Amino acid sequence: MENLVIEGTAKTPTVELDASAGKIVLKGRSIPENSIEFYRPMQDWLKDYGTTPAGQTIVDIRLEYFNTSSSKCILDFFKSLESIKNDGKTNVTVNWYFETDDEDMQEAGEDYEAIVGLPFTIIEVDEI
Amino acid sequence: MAISDVYDFYKRMEDDHIILSFKGSFTEDLLTSILHIVEGKMEGLNVNTKKKKRVFNVLVESFQNLYHHIEEMAPNIGDSEKDKSAIIIVKYESNRFTIVTGNFVNSNRIPELRQKLEEVNALNDEALRELYRSKLENGGRTEKGTAGLGLIDIARKSKNKLDYEIIDVTESIGFFCLSVLID
Repeated sequence: MENLVIEGTAKTPTVELDASAGKIVLKGRSIPENSIEFYRPMQDWLKDYGTTPAGQTIVDIRLEYFNTSSSKCILDFFKSLESIKNDGKTNVTVNWYFETDDEDMQEAGEDYEAIVGLPFTIIEVDEI
Repeated sequence: MAISDVYDFYKRMEDDHIILSFKGSFTEDLLTSILHIVEGKMEGLNVNTKKKKRVFNVLVESFQNLYHHIEEMAPNIGDSEKDKSAIIIVKYESNRFTIVTGNFVNSNRIPELRQKLEEVNALNDEALRELYRSKLENGGRTEKGTAGLGLIDIARKSKNKLDYEIIDVTESIGFFCLSVLID
């Protein structure tokens, strides 16, 4: 299947979805006015990926900030990954990065970890 | 405003430590410009990363909150330009940022607005986090993708109580002012 790559902008994150490597990367800012529209292609991609996933799926979230309407879409994205995991064809792990001192982003990762049934590693880095 | 008032206008902004103000129609392009300007100013002011992110977050959230709700909340003044008109002011003094917004609201929406604000103001950090988490998990979403999390998020990032005032413009129109401190 095709990979999905979306270049980041001042308001939307860089998206890299690599099917054969089982690698999913989301980085930058996510503050679009219409988040549903922005995240729809990723959801569509996941639907396809779920049918023949790689044995191991690694999700790297390196977000600088996101708005509340993105927060809902990010949750939906994790929920889709959770159901892919539950099908038993792939192991899914999430690496949630936050910058030193950015407790808001750290807490956001912890909140998703509490809501979604996926293993999270919350990782502190000097610069995101 | 007479030309001779321009200096007074300037002076007033200077005395109030206003680093940015805009009155008019709110659009997404305007948000991009405002973020760009405020980010540039914060670079120059040596604001630490955490505060920078909080200011940025509150700006985005209060702006988009206005932007999304302006249509449903705005009264029909009959002048479409004025219907969507609002004001945003950013102040900076002694390492404290204040983001003030003002917009027209339909008077029949005021009780619900007050209730939301009071609910948020009654909660401490931990309770706000729990409310956010439970709304994120269980709350619905409107067609526009708003999740009803805006004010909660603004309060969480501000770490201060939300200061607000609703002024009666006419019997059916109010003007809602929200002032968010990030210190």
